[in-house]
Amino acid sequence: MRRDIFQAVADPTRRAIIALIALQAMTPSALAEHFDTTRQAISKHLRILTECELVRQEHQGREIYYQLEIEKMKEIDKWLDQFRKIWESRFEQLDELLSTIKKQRQ
Amino acid sequence: MNHNLKFDFVADKKKNTLTIRREFLAERQLVWDCYTKAELLNQWFAPKPLTTKTKSMDFREGGHWHYAMVEPNGTEYWGWTEYLKIKPIDYYTASDAFSNAEGEINKDLPCAEWLVSFIDAGENAIVETVVTYKSLSDLEQVIQMGMEQGMTATLEKLDELLFTIKQGKNEQ
Repeated sequence: MRRDIFQAVADPTRRAIIALIALQAMTPSALAEHFDTTRQAISKHLRILTECELVRQEHQGREIYYQLEIEKMKEIDKWLDQFRKIWESRFEQLDELLSTIKKQRQ
Repeated sequence: MNHNLKFDFVADKKKNTLTIRREFLAERQLVWDCYTKAELLNQWFAPKPLTTKTKSMDFREGGHWHYAMVEPNGTEYWGWTEYLKIKPIDYYTASDAFSNAEGEINKDLPCAEWLVSFIDAGENAIVETVVTYKSLSDLEQVIQMGMEQGMTATLEKLDELLFTIKQGKNEQ
């Protein structure tokens, strides 16, 4: 099953990893220094993030750097925008209703 | 939309909340009525082109609103809102779930808590709606139901979203 990006951001450690690599590409060892956890645990989180295509690997010599996929993060916001439009439409109808009621009263 | 009216839409992915703030050109009491009386809710709640149909409404603490959003072709999507706490005309809290025409709640689909507050703004009123999902995965599911179809950001696609929700119900 393809993992989805929401599963990725559900975990607080993974959110923290995203926040860190948003600033600059980092190696798993460098990331692990920021957490009170094992390097193995960080690697597992990175694997999930990679499977979700939220981060991408970049090989530099012997080191693997992890980088954030900005476009993927935008998917979440895209749907929220959709949701926002539904509310806008709903409120426009309420505007009309309020205006109608106010006119009837006069 | 009237761009002079305040409209905020803020998602907090860490707290699993959506906060929606909107100003209306009417006094607080009238806006409160539009939110709490079925005959008025029926006239605005479902976004176009859908319409709202109320099966039963009992606006009191522990009471509920059982309603459907109806597509132009007649397809119905049922919802069940249970009112938890009511303080006229300041605020009410409610839990909002998907149901069927018989009012049986679909436990497989995310349920959300609503806190709806009504605030004076001069001659106008501001309504603040805070929608809280039980977990991030609930919010994810709601978001994902819309996303998996690769929808473009248009309201015309709303029926697709509802179709997706319905598909989810059938599969589960």
